[in-house]
Amino acid sequence: MRDASPAKTYALHIGVIMLLFALNFIMPDYHQGLFARIMALAVFAMGYNLLFGYVGLLSLGHAMFFSAGLYGAGLTVYHLGWGVPEALVAGIACGALLALVIGLLALRTSGVAFMIVTMMFAQVFYLMILYFAAWTGGDQGLVIQQASRVIAIGGVSFDLTDPTVRYMGALALFSVVLLITLALVRSRFGRVLVAIRENEERTKMLGYDTVANKLVAVVASGAICSASGAAYALLFGYVGSNFASIQYSILPLLWVLLGGAATTLGPLIGTLFMYYVTDITSGFTSAYLLIVGVALILLVLFAPKGIMGSIRERWLGWLP
Amino acid sequence: MTPLLTTKGLSRQFGGLRAVDGVDFALMPGEIRAVIGPNGAGKTTFVSLLSGRIRPSSGAVVFDGVDITAMPAYQRVRLGVAYTFQITSVFANLTVFDNVALPVQRTLTDGRTKGQVRTGVMAALERTGLADRAGTLAAHLSYGHQRLLEVAMGLALKPRLLILDEPTQGLADSEIDNFIALVRGIARDATVLLIEHNMPVVMGLADRITVFNSGKILAEGTPGEIRANGEVQDAYLGATHG
Repeated sequence: MRDASPAKTYALHIGVIMLLFALNFIMPDYHQGLFARIMALAVFAMGYNLLFGYVGLLSLGHAMFFSAGLYGAGLTVYHLGWGVPEALVAGIACGALLALVIGLLALRTSGVAFMIVTMMFAQVFYLMILYFAAWTGGDQGLVIQQASRVIAIGGVSFDLTDPTVRYMGALALFSVVLLITLALVRSRFGRVLVAIRENEERTKMLGYDTVANKLVAVVASGAICSASGAAYALLFGYVGSNFASIQYSILPLLWVLLGGAATTLGPLIGTLFMYYVTDITSGFTSAYLLIVGVALILLVLFAPKGIMGSIRERWLGWLP
Repeated sequence: MTPLLTTKGLSRQFGGLRAVDGVDFALMPGEIRAVIGPNGAGKTTFVSLLSGRIRPSSGAVVFDGVDITAMPAYQRVRLGVAYTFQITSVFANLTVFDNVALPVQRTLTDGRTKGQVRTGVMAALERTGLADRAGTLAAHLSYGHQRLLEVAMGLALKPRLLILDEPTQGLADSEIDNFIALVRGIARDATVLLIEHNMPVVMGLADRITVFNSGKILAEGTPGEIRANGEVQDAYLGATHG
Protein backbone atom coordinates (compact mmCIF):
# COMPACT_ATOMS: atom_id res chain seq x y z
CA MET A 1 0.00 0.00 0.00
CA ARG A 2 2.97 2.26 -0.59
CA ASP A 3 1.27 3.90 -3.53
CA ALA A 4 -2.49 4.12 -3.47
CA SER A 5 -3.41 3.37 -7.09
CA PRO A 6 -6.51 1.19 -6.99
CA ALA A 7 -7.08 1.44 -10.75
CA LYS A 8 -3.66 -0.02 -11.61
CA THR A 9 -4.00 -2.76 -9.00
CA TYR A 10 -7.46 -3.87 -10.11
CA ALA A 11 -6.41 -3.70 -13.76
CA LEU A 12 -3.53 -6.08 -13.06
CA HIS A 13 -5.74 -8.60 -11.27
CA ILE A 14 -8.47 -8.50 -13.85
CA GLY A 15 -5.77 -8.84 -16.52
CA VAL A 16 -4.54 -12.04 -14.85
CA ILE A 17 -8.08 -13.42 -14.78
CA MET A 18 -8.56 -12.57 -18.46
CA LEU A 19 -5.25 -14.19 -19.35
CA LEU A 20 -6.33 -17.39 -17.58
CA PHE A 21 -9.63 -17.22 -19.43
CA ALA A 22 -7.88 -16.90 -22.79
CA LEU A 23 -5.44 -19.72 -21.99
CA ASN A 24 -8.37 -22.14 -21.93
CA PHE A 25 -8.79 -21.79 -25.67
CA ILE A 26 -5.16 -22.06 -26.71
CA MET A 27 -3.73 -24.61 -24.29
CA PRO A 28 -3.35 -28.29 -25.19
CA ASP A 29 -5.76 -30.61 -23.32
CA TYR A 30 -3.18 -31.84 -20.89
CA HIS A 31 -2.22 -28.37 -19.70
CA GLN A 32 -5.85 -27.30 -19.61
CA GLY A 33 -6.52 -30.07 -17.09
CA LEU A 34 -3.44 -29.19 -15.08
CA PHE A 35 -4.38 -25.52 -14.97
CA ALA A 36 -7.89 -26.31 -13.71
CA ARG A 37 -6.31 -28.23 -10.84
CA ILE A 38 -3.78 -25.48 -10.19
CA MET A 39 -6.46 -22.78 -10.02
CA ALA A 40 -8.58 -24.82 -7.61
CA LEU A 41 -5.55 -25.42 -5.39
CA ALA A 42 -4.37 -21.81 -5.71
CA VAL A 43 -7.59 -20.93 -3.86
CA PHE A 44 -6.36 -23.17 -1.04
CA ALA A 45 -3.04 -21.30 -1.13
CA MET A 46 -4.82 -17.92 -1.08
CA GLY A 47 -6.80 -18.95 1.99
CA TYR A 48 -3.59 -20.05 3.67
CA ASN A 49 -1.83 -16.85 2.66
CA LEU A 50 -4.50 -14.71 4.27
CA LEU A 51 -3.60 -16.15 7.64
CA PHE A 52 0.11 -16.86 7.18
CA GLY A 53 1.11 -13.95 4.95
CA TYR A 54 -1.02 -11.14 6.29
CA VAL A 55 -1.66 -12.04 9.94
CA GLY A 56 1.62 -13.90 10.42
CA LEU A 57 -0.03 -16.98 11.93
CA LEU A 58 1.73 -20.14 10.78
CA SER A 59 -0.74 -23.03 10.83
CA LEU A 60 0.32 -26.58 10.15
CA GLY A 61 -3.23 -27.84 10.06
CA HIS A 62 -4.89 -26.29 7.06
CA ALA A 63 -5.44 -29.69 5.46
CA MET A 64 -8.39 -30.01 7.84
CA PHE A 65 -10.09 -26.93 6.38
CA PHE A 66 -9.44 -28.08 2.83
CA SER A 67 -10.77 -31.55 3.59
CA ALA A 68 -13.72 -30.17 5.59
CA GLY A 69 -14.78 -28.56 2.32
CA LEU A 70 -13.85 -31.66 0.34
CA TYR A 71 -15.91 -33.99 2.54
CA GLY A 72 -18.61 -31.44 3.31
CA ALA A 73 -19.35 -31.19 -0.40
CA GLY A 74 -18.48 -34.77 -1.36
CA LEU A 75 -20.47 -36.58 1.34
CA THR A 76 -23.61 -34.50 0.86
CA VAL A 77 -23.55 -35.32 -2.84
CA TYR A 78 -22.63 -38.97 -2.32
CA HIS A 79 -24.94 -39.85 0.57
CA LEU A 80 -27.71 -37.25 0.39
CA GLY A 81 -27.82 -36.72 -3.33
CA TRP A 82 -27.48 -32.94 -3.02
CA GLY A 83 -26.91 -30.79 -6.07
CA VAL A 84 -23.61 -29.10 -6.88
CA PRO A 85 -24.44 -25.56 -5.59
CA GLU A 86 -25.89 -26.86 -2.30
CA ALA A 87 -22.88 -29.12 -1.84
CA LEU A 88 -20.51 -26.23 -2.43
CA VAL A 89 -22.30 -24.18 0.23
CA ALA A 90 -22.31 -27.19 2.59
CA GLY A 91 -18.55 -27.59 2.11
CA ILE A 92 -17.82 -23.94 2.82
CA ALA A 93 -20.14 -23.95 5.84
CA CYS A 94 -18.36 -27.01 7.28
CA GLY A 95 -14.97 -25.36 6.82
CA ALA A 96 -16.05 -22.03 8.32
CA LEU A 97 -17.66 -23.69 11.33
CA LEU A 98 -14.62 -25.90 11.91
CA ALA A 99 -12.37 -22.83 11.60
CA LEU A 100 -14.47 -21.00 14.19
CA VAL A 101 -14.11 -23.84 16.71
CA ILE A 102 -10.41 -24.42 15.99
CA GLY A 103 -9.77 -20.67 16.06
CA LEU A 104 -11.39 -20.25 19.47
CA LEU A 105 -9.16 -22.98 20.86
CA ALA A 106 -5.91 -22.50 18.96
CA LEU A 107 -5.75 -18.71 19.25
CA ARG A 108 -5.11 -19.12 22.96
CA THR A 109 -1.60 -19.97 21.79
CA SER A 110 0.84 -18.31 19.41
CA GLY A 111 4.08 -19.06 17.59
CA VAL A 112 5.34 -22.63 17.79
CA ALA A 113 2.49 -23.68 20.08
CA PHE A 114 -0.01 -22.49 17.47
CA MET A 115 1.73 -24.62 14.84
CA ILE A 116 1.63 -27.70 17.04
CA VAL A 117 -1.97 -27.21 18.16
CA THR A 118 -3.24 -26.74 14.60
CA MET A 119 -1.23 -29.73 13.41
CA MET A 120 -2.67 -31.91 16.17
CA PHE A 121 -6.25 -30.89 15.40
CA ALA A 122 -5.62 -31.69 11.75
CA GLN A 123 -4.32 -35.13 12.72
CA VAL A 124 -7.47 -35.73 14.78
CA PHE A 125 -9.53 -34.73 11.75
CA TYR A 126 -7.52 -37.06 9.51
CA LEU A 127 -7.88 -40.01 11.88
CA MET A 128 -11.61 -39.35 12.23
CA ILE A 129 -11.98 -39.63 8.46
CA LEU A 130 -10.25 -43.01 8.59
CA TYR A 131 -12.26 -44.10 11.63
CA PHE A 132 -15.63 -43.33 10.06
CA ALA A 133 -14.72 -45.32 6.96
CA ALA A 134 -18.31 -46.53 6.58
CA TRP A 135 -19.31 -43.03 5.49
CA THR A 136 -16.03 -41.56 4.23
CA GLY A 137 -14.66 -44.54 2.37
CA GLY A 138 -11.60 -44.49 4.64
CA ASP A 139 -8.28 -44.52 2.86
CA GLN A 140 -9.91 -45.65 -0.37
CA GLY A 141 -11.96 -42.50 -0.58
CA LEU A 142 -15.10 -42.05 -2.64
CA VAL A 143 -15.62 -41.40 -6.31
CA ILE A 144 -18.44 -39.00 -7.17
CA GLN A 145 -20.20 -40.15 -10.28
CA GLN A 146 -20.50 -38.01 -13.36
CA ALA A 147 -24.29 -37.89 -13.04
CA SER A 148 -24.00 -36.10 -9.68
CA ARG A 149 -21.66 -33.46 -11.08
CA VAL A 150 -24.03 -31.65 -13.39
CA ILE A 151 -25.36 -28.18 -12.66
CA ALA A 152 -28.65 -27.25 -14.23
CA ILE A 153 -29.20 -23.52 -14.52
CA GLY A 154 -32.47 -22.66 -16.22
CA GLY A 155 -32.72 -25.04 -19.12
CA VAL A 156 -28.97 -25.39 -19.61
CA SER A 157 -26.95 -28.04 -17.83
CA PHE A 158 -23.23 -27.84 -17.24
CA ASP A 159 -21.33 -31.07 -16.91
CA LEU A 160 -18.35 -30.55 -14.61
CA THR A 161 -16.57 -33.52 -16.13
CA ASP A 162 -16.29 -31.64 -19.39
CA PRO A 163 -12.76 -30.13 -19.53
CA THR A 164 -13.85 -26.64 -20.54
CA VAL A 165 -16.70 -26.47 -18.03
CA ARG A 166 -14.34 -27.71 -15.36
CA TYR A 167 -11.72 -25.13 -16.32
CA MET A 168 -14.29 -22.34 -16.22
CA GLY A 169 -15.64 -23.58 -12.89
CA ALA A 170 -12.18 -23.48 -11.37
CA LEU A 171 -11.50 -20.08 -12.93
CA ALA A 172 -14.78 -18.67 -11.60
CA LEU A 173 -13.96 -19.71 -8.04
CA PHE A 174 -10.36 -18.53 -8.39
CA SER A 175 -11.46 -15.12 -9.71
CA VAL A 176 -14.01 -14.56 -6.97
CA VAL A 177 -11.54 -15.49 -4.23
CA LEU A 178 -8.73 -13.45 -5.80
CA LEU A 179 -10.89 -10.32 -5.91
CA ILE A 180 -12.20 -10.95 -2.38
CA THR A 181 -8.69 -11.30 -0.97
CA LEU A 182 -7.57 -8.22 -2.88
CA ALA A 183 -10.45 -6.17 -1.47
CA LEU A 184 -9.84 -7.64 1.97
CA VAL A 185 -6.14 -6.84 2.19
CA ARG A 186 -6.72 -3.32 0.88
CA SER A 187 -9.49 -2.71 3.42
CA ARG A 188 -9.23 -1.28 6.92
CA PHE A 189 -9.51 -4.82 8.25
CA GLY A 190 -6.52 -5.81 6.11
CA ARG A 191 -4.51 -2.98 7.61
CA VAL A 192 -5.32 -4.23 11.11
CA LEU A 193 -4.26 -7.78 10.16
CA VAL A 194 -0.88 -6.55 8.92
CA ALA A 195 -0.50 -4.45 12.07
CA ILE A 196 -1.08 -7.58 14.18
CA ARG A 197 1.61 -9.39 12.20
CA GLU A 198 4.06 -6.52 12.60
CA ASN A 199 3.46 -5.79 16.29
CA GLU A 200 0.52 -7.27 18.13
CA GLU A 201 1.24 -5.54 21.42
CA ARG A 202 1.24 -2.12 19.76
CA THR A 203 -1.97 -2.93 17.89
CA LYS A 204 -3.70 -3.70 21.20
CA MET A 205 -2.55 -0.33 22.52
CA LEU A 206 -4.31 1.35 19.62
CA GLY A 207 -7.59 -0.04 20.92
CA TYR A 208 -7.89 -3.20 18.82
CA ASP A 209 -9.17 -6.49 20.14
CA THR A 210 -6.46 -8.48 18.38
CA VAL A 211 -7.84 -11.89 19.36
CA ALA A 212 -11.22 -11.09 17.80
CA ASN A 213 -9.54 -9.83 14.63
CA LYS A 214 -7.41 -12.96 14.41
CA LEU A 215 -10.48 -15.13 14.89
CA VAL A 216 -12.22 -13.44 11.97
CA ALA A 217 -9.10 -14.04 9.88
CA VAL A 218 -8.99 -17.73 10.84
CA VAL A 219 -12.65 -18.17 9.87
CA ALA A 220 -12.14 -16.32 6.56
CA SER A 221 -9.05 -18.39 5.84
CA GLY A 222 -10.84 -21.63 6.74
CA ALA A 223 -13.84 -20.71 4.59
CA ILE A 224 -11.65 -19.97 1.55
CA CYS A 225 -9.63 -23.18 1.99
CA SER A 226 -12.83 -25.21 2.33
CA ALA A 227 -14.21 -23.56 -0.82
CA SER A 228 -11.13 -24.88 -2.56
CA GLY A 229 -11.70 -28.36 -1.12
CA ALA A 230 -15.39 -28.37 -2.01
CA ALA A 231 -14.64 -27.25 -5.56
CA TYR A 232 -11.94 -29.89 -5.84
CA ALA A 233 -14.39 -32.66 -4.86
CA LEU A 234 -17.02 -31.44 -7.31
CA LEU A 235 -14.69 -30.68 -10.22
CA PHE A 236 -12.50 -33.76 -10.03
CA GLY A 237 -14.97 -36.20 -8.54
CA TYR A 238 -12.74 -37.71 -5.90
CA VAL A 239 -12.82 -37.41 -2.13
CA GLY A 240 -9.91 -39.03 -0.32
CA SER A 241 -8.27 -39.05 3.08
CA ASN A 242 -4.82 -38.23 1.68
CA PHE A 243 -6.09 -34.65 1.26
CA ALA A 244 -6.42 -34.48 5.05
CA SER A 245 -2.91 -35.74 5.71
CA ILE A 246 -0.03 -33.61 6.99
CA GLN A 247 1.31 -33.32 3.44
CA TYR A 248 -1.64 -31.14 2.48
CA SER A 249 -1.00 -28.88 5.46
CA ILE A 250 2.57 -28.30 4.34
CA LEU A 251 1.91 -27.90 0.62
CA PRO A 252 0.02 -24.59 0.89
CA LEU A 253 2.84 -23.26 3.06
CA LEU A 254 5.35 -24.17 0.35
CA TRP A 255 3.20 -22.72 -2.42
CA VAL A 256 2.82 -19.46 -0.53
CA LEU A 257 6.51 -19.23 0.39
CA LEU A 258 7.44 -19.93 -3.20
CA GLY A 259 5.01 -17.44 -4.70
CA GLY A 260 5.49 -14.79 -2.05
CA ALA A 261 3.77 -14.51 1.31
CA ALA A 262 1.50 -11.48 1.77
CA THR A 263 1.14 -10.91 -1.96
CA THR A 264 -2.24 -11.40 -3.60
CA LEU A 265 -0.89 -13.15 -6.71
CA GLY A 266 1.87 -15.10 -4.97
CA PRO A 267 -0.32 -18.13 -4.13
CA LEU A 268 -1.21 -18.65 -7.80
CA ILE A 269 2.38 -18.20 -8.97
CA GLY A 270 3.70 -20.53 -6.26
CA THR A 271 1.16 -23.27 -6.96
CA LEU A 272 1.76 -22.97 -10.69
CA PHE A 273 5.53 -23.06 -10.33
CA MET A 274 5.56 -26.03 -7.97
CA TYR A 275 3.12 -28.02 -10.11
CA TYR A 276 5.14 -27.50 -13.26
CA VAL A 277 8.50 -28.18 -11.63
CA THR A 278 7.05 -31.45 -10.29
CA ASP A 279 5.41 -32.23 -13.59
CA ILE A 280 8.46 -31.58 -15.77
CA THR A 281 11.01 -33.26 -13.51
CA SER A 282 8.87 -36.33 -12.88
CA GLY A 283 8.99 -36.82 -16.66
CA PHE A 284 12.63 -37.85 -16.63
CA THR A 285 13.45 -38.93 -13.09
CA SER A 286 11.72 -40.69 -10.24
CA ALA A 287 13.70 -38.49 -7.85
CA TYR A 288 11.64 -35.44 -8.78
CA LEU A 289 10.96 -34.54 -5.15
CA LEU A 290 14.72 -34.08 -4.76
CA ILE A 291 14.68 -31.47 -7.52
CA VAL A 292 11.66 -29.77 -5.97
CA GLY A 293 13.57 -29.67 -2.69
CA VAL A 294 16.66 -28.16 -4.32
CA ALA A 295 14.50 -25.56 -6.06
CA LEU A 296 12.97 -24.61 -2.70
CA ILE A 297 16.34 -24.34 -1.00
CA LEU A 298 17.67 -22.11 -3.79
CA LEU A 299 14.60 -19.94 -3.52
CA VAL A 300 14.85 -19.56 0.23
CA LEU A 301 18.55 -18.69 -0.10
CA PHE A 302 18.30 -16.21 -2.95
CA ALA A 303 14.72 -14.95 -2.87
CA PRO A 304 13.38 -15.48 0.65
CA LYS A 305 10.39 -13.29 -0.07
CA GLY A 306 9.21 -15.60 -2.83
CA ILE A 307 8.69 -14.80 -6.48
CA MET A 308 6.09 -12.04 -6.17
CA GLY A 309 7.65 -10.74 -2.96
CA SER A 310 10.98 -10.24 -4.71
CA ILE A 311 9.33 -8.58 -7.70
CA ARG A 312 7.54 -6.21 -5.35
CA GLU A 313 10.73 -5.45 -3.46
CA ARG A 314 12.89 -4.81 -6.54
CA TRP A 315 10.61 -3.35 -9.15
CA LEU A 316 6.94 -2.97 -8.38
CA GLY A 317 6.50 -1.44 -4.94
CA TRP A 318 2.79 -0.91 -5.51
CA LEU A 319 1.92 -4.62 -5.76
CA PRO A 320 -0.64 -5.57 -3.12
CA MET B 1 -13.77 19.25 40.22
CA THR B 2 -13.67 15.45 40.16
CA PRO B 3 -10.43 13.81 39.09
CA LEU B 4 -10.20 12.20 35.63
CA LEU B 5 -8.19 9.34 36.99
CA THR B 6 -7.58 8.01 40.47
CA THR B 7 -5.77 5.01 41.88
CA LYS B 8 -6.29 3.48 45.30
CA GLY B 9 -3.66 1.33 46.96
CA LEU B 10 -2.32 0.37 43.55
CA SER B 11 0.42 -2.25 43.85
CA ARG B 12 2.37 -4.55 41.60
CA GLN B 13 4.90 -7.10 42.73
CA PHE B 14 7.43 -8.88 40.57
CA GLY B 15 8.54 -11.80 42.71
CA GLY B 16 9.80 -10.18 45.91
CA LEU B 17 10.12 -6.74 44.36
CA ARG B 18 7.35 -4.24 45.03
CA ALA B 19 7.69 -2.22 41.84
CA VAL B 20 4.61 -0.18 42.69
CA ASP B 21 3.61 -0.16 46.31
CA GLY B 22 0.21 1.07 47.49
CA VAL B 23 -0.02 4.19 45.37
CA ASP B 24 -2.92 6.63 45.86
CA PHE B 25 -2.91 9.03 42.96
CA ALA B 26 -5.32 11.53 41.43
CA LEU B 27 -5.15 13.38 38.13
CA MET B 28 -7.31 16.40 37.34
CA PRO B 29 -8.82 16.87 33.89
CA GLY B 30 -6.81 19.20 31.67
CA GLU B 31 -3.58 19.21 33.63
CA ILE B 32 -0.11 18.29 32.48
CA ARG B 33 1.37 16.01 35.10
CA ALA B 34 4.98 14.90 35.09
CA VAL B 35 6.11 11.75 36.86
CA ILE B 36 9.77 11.79 37.82
CA GLY B 37 12.00 9.62 39.93
CA PRO B 38 15.28 7.71 39.83
CA ASN B 39 15.71 4.67 37.61
CA GLY B 40 13.82 1.70 38.98
CA ALA B 41 11.45 3.88 41.00
CA GLY B 42 8.44 2.20 39.37
CA LYS B 43 7.35 4.96 36.99
CA THR B 44 6.95 2.82 33.89
CA THR B 45 5.30 0.03 35.87
CA PHE B 46 2.90 2.60 37.32
CA VAL B 47 1.80 3.97 33.95
CA SER B 48 1.61 0.43 32.55
CA LEU B 49 -0.90 -0.34 35.29
CA LEU B 50 -2.90 2.71 34.22
CA SER B 51 -2.87 1.74 30.54
CA GLY B 52 -3.61 -1.91 31.28
CA ARG B 53 -0.43 -3.34 29.77
CA ILE B 54 0.13 -5.13 33.07
CA ARG B 55 -2.32 -6.12 35.79
CA PRO B 56 -2.01 -4.90 39.37
CA SER B 57 -1.38 -7.30 42.25
CA SER B 58 -3.87 -5.27 44.28
CA GLY B 59 -5.58 -1.91 44.35
CA ALA B 60 -7.91 -0.16 41.92
CA VAL B 61 -7.80 2.23 38.96
CA VAL B 62 -10.80 4.48 38.29
CA PHE B 63 -11.06 6.46 35.06
CA ASP B 64 -13.83 9.04 34.72
CA GLY B 65 -15.89 7.30 37.40
CA VAL B 66 -15.50 3.83 35.90
CA ASP B 67 -13.50 1.14 37.67
CA ILE B 68 -11.15 -0.06 34.92
CA THR B 69 -8.91 -2.25 37.09
CA ALA B 70 -9.94 -5.47 35.36
CA MET B 71 -10.45 -3.99 31.91
CA PRO B 72 -8.15 -5.18 29.11
CA ALA B 73 -5.84 -2.60 27.60
CA TYR B 74 -7.62 -2.31 24.26
CA GLN B 75 -10.89 -1.39 25.97
CA ARG B 76 -9.16 1.27 28.05
CA VAL B 77 -7.85 2.76 24.81
CA ARG B 78 -11.42 2.92 23.54
CA LEU B 79 -12.42 4.79 26.73
CA GLY B 80 -9.74 7.34 25.93
CA VAL B 81 -6.57 6.23 27.72
CA ALA B 82 -3.73 6.35 25.16
CA TYR B 83 -0.19 5.22 25.83
CA THR B 84 2.91 5.97 23.82
CA PHE B 85 5.79 3.61 24.27
CA GLN B 86 9.09 4.43 25.94
CA ILE B 87 10.95 2.34 23.40
CA THR B 88 9.82 3.56 20.02
CA SER B 89 7.29 1.05 18.86
CA VAL B 90 5.99 2.23 15.52
CA PHE B 91 5.15 -0.26 12.74
CA ALA B 92 8.52 -0.13 11.00
CA ASN B 93 7.43 -1.89 7.80
CA LEU B 94 4.34 0.25 7.28
CA THR B 95 4.25 3.74 5.88
CA VAL B 96 3.85 6.77 8.14
CA PHE B 97 0.35 7.11 6.70
CA ASP B 98 -0.66 3.55 7.60
CA ASN B 99 0.82 3.89 11.08
CA VAL B 100 -1.51 6.79 11.81
CA ALA B 101 -4.42 5.34 9.80
CA LEU B 102 -4.66 2.49 12.32
CA PRO B 103 -5.64 4.67 15.30
CA VAL B 104 -7.74 6.96 13.09
CA GLN B 105 -9.90 4.19 11.66
CA ARG B 106 -10.32 2.84 15.18
CA THR B 107 -11.72 6.12 16.47
CA LEU B 108 -13.94 6.44 13.38
CA THR B 109 -15.89 3.39 14.47
CA ASP B 110 -16.60 4.69 17.96
CA GLY B 111 -17.44 8.16 16.71
CA ARG B 112 -14.59 10.10 18.25
CA THR B 113 -13.33 11.09 14.82
CA LYS B 114 -15.55 12.38 12.05
CA GLY B 115 -15.07 12.02 8.32
CA GLN B 116 -12.58 9.99 6.35
CA VAL B 117 -9.46 8.15 7.38
CA ARG B 118 -7.31 10.31 5.10
CA THR B 119 -8.55 13.57 6.67
CA GLY B 120 -7.90 12.31 10.19
CA VAL B 121 -4.46 10.98 9.33
CA MET B 122 -3.35 14.18 7.63
CA ALA B 123 -4.62 16.27 10.57
CA ALA B 124 -2.50 14.26 13.02
CA LEU B 125 0.50 14.39 10.68
CA GLU B 126 0.15 18.15 10.20
CA ARG B 127 0.16 18.70 13.94
CA THR B 128 3.35 16.71 14.38
CA GLY B 129 5.00 18.10 11.26
CA LEU B 130 5.20 14.76 9.47
CA ALA B 131 2.72 15.50 6.69
CA ASP B 132 5.33 15.55 3.94
CA ARG B 133 6.59 12.13 5.00
CA ALA B 134 3.24 10.32 4.81
CA GLY B 135 4.48 7.90 2.14
CA THR B 136 7.77 7.03 3.85
CA LEU B 137 8.25 3.69 5.57
CA ALA B 138 8.42 4.30 9.32
CA ALA B 139 11.72 2.38 9.45
CA HIS B 140 13.29 5.00 7.18
CA LEU B 141 12.47 7.91 9.51
CA SER B 142 15.11 9.45 11.75
CA TYR B 143 14.82 8.58 15.43
CA GLY B 144 13.38 11.97 16.30
CA HIS B 145 10.74 11.63 13.64
CA GLN B 146 9.84 8.16 14.86
CA ARG B 147 9.22 9.64 18.30
CA LEU B 148 6.98 12.24 16.68
CA LEU B 149 5.18 9.51 14.77
CA GLU B 150 4.60 7.74 18.06
CA VAL B 151 2.98 10.92 19.39
CA ALA B 152 0.95 11.33 16.19
CA MET B 153 -0.43 7.83 16.69
CA GLY B 154 -1.34 8.72 20.27
CA LEU B 155 -2.98 11.95 19.11
CA ALA B 156 -4.95 10.19 16.41
CA LEU B 157 -6.66 8.13 19.11
CA LYS B 158 -8.30 11.39 20.28
CA PRO B 159 -7.41 10.47 23.86
CA ARG B 160 -8.83 12.04 26.96
CA LEU B 161 -5.69 10.99 28.79
CA LEU B 162 -2.42 10.75 26.88
CA ILE B 163 0.37 8.93 28.68
CA LEU B 164 3.83 9.72 27.29
CA ASP B 165 6.65 7.50 28.52
CA GLU B 166 9.93 9.41 28.20
CA PRO B 167 8.93 11.15 25.00
CA THR B 168 12.06 13.30 24.64
CA GLN B 169 14.55 10.51 25.18
CA GLY B 170 17.09 10.62 22.38
CA LEU B 171 15.83 13.87 20.88
CA ALA B 172 18.18 16.71 19.94
CA ASP B 173 17.81 20.02 21.82
CA SER B 174 16.32 21.70 18.77
CA GLU B 175 13.68 18.99 18.51
CA ILE B 176 12.86 19.28 22.21
CA ASP B 177 11.62 22.87 21.89
CA ASN B 178 9.17 21.83 19.18
CA PHE B 179 8.15 18.93 21.30
CA ILE B 180 7.29 21.12 24.29
CA ALA B 181 5.10 23.27 22.05
CA LEU B 182 3.41 20.14 20.69
CA VAL B 183 2.59 18.78 24.16
CA ARG B 184 1.19 22.19 25.18
CA GLY B 185 -1.06 22.03 22.14
CA ILE B 186 -2.22 18.52 23.01
CA ALA B 187 -3.02 19.59 26.57
CA ARG B 188 -5.61 22.04 25.27
CA ASP B 189 -8.02 19.16 24.71
CA ALA B 190 -6.54 16.26 26.66
CA THR B 191 -4.99 15.50 30.00
CA VAL B 192 -1.30 14.64 29.72
CA LEU B 193 0.69 12.37 32.00
CA LEU B 194 4.35 12.18 31.14
CA ILE B 195 7.31 10.35 32.51
CA GLU B 196 10.34 12.47 31.85
CA HIS B 197 13.98 12.63 32.83
CA ASN B 198 14.83 15.90 31.17
CA MET B 199 14.42 18.46 33.98
CA PRO B 200 14.06 21.59 31.82
CA VAL B 201 11.22 19.83 29.96
CA VAL B 202 9.54 18.82 33.21
CA MET B 203 9.87 22.26 34.79
CA GLY B 204 8.73 23.98 31.61
CA LEU B 205 5.72 21.82 30.91
CA ALA B 206 4.22 20.34 34.03
CA ASP B 207 1.44 21.94 36.05
CA ARG B 208 2.19 19.49 38.83
CA ILE B 209 4.91 16.93 39.45
CA THR B 210 4.69 13.55 41.17
CA VAL B 211 7.96 12.13 42.43
CA PHE B 212 8.33 8.36 42.70
CA ASN B 213 10.88 6.52 44.78
CA SER B 214 11.00 2.78 45.50
CA GLY B 215 7.50 2.26 44.14
CA LYS B 216 5.91 4.92 46.33
CA ILE B 217 4.99 8.54 45.87
CA LEU B 218 7.64 10.55 47.65
CA ALA B 219 6.25 13.99 46.96
CA GLU B 220 3.76 15.83 44.85
CA GLY B 221 3.38 19.50 44.05
CA THR B 222 4.01 22.37 41.66
CA PRO B 223 7.42 22.59 39.99
CA GLY B 224 8.41 25.26 42.50
CA GLU B 225 7.44 23.14 45.50
CA ILE B 226 9.24 20.09 44.13
CA ARG B 227 12.38 22.09 43.44
CA ALA B 228 12.37 23.30 47.04
CA ASN B 229 11.68 19.87 48.55
CA GLY B 230 14.71 18.58 50.43
CA GLU B 231 13.64 14.93 50.39
CA VAL B 232 13.29 15.02 46.62
CA GLN B 233 16.71 16.55 46.28
CA ASP B 234 18.18 13.73 48.36
CA ALA B 235 16.42 10.96 46.51
CA TYR B 236 16.58 12.18 43.01
CA LEU B 237 18.22 15.43 42.16
CA GLY B 238 21.29 14.19 43.94
CA ALA B 239 22.19 17.53 45.49
CA THR B 240 24.16 17.29 48.72
CA HIS B 241 23.05 20.01 51.01
CA GLY B 242 23.24 21.01 54.60
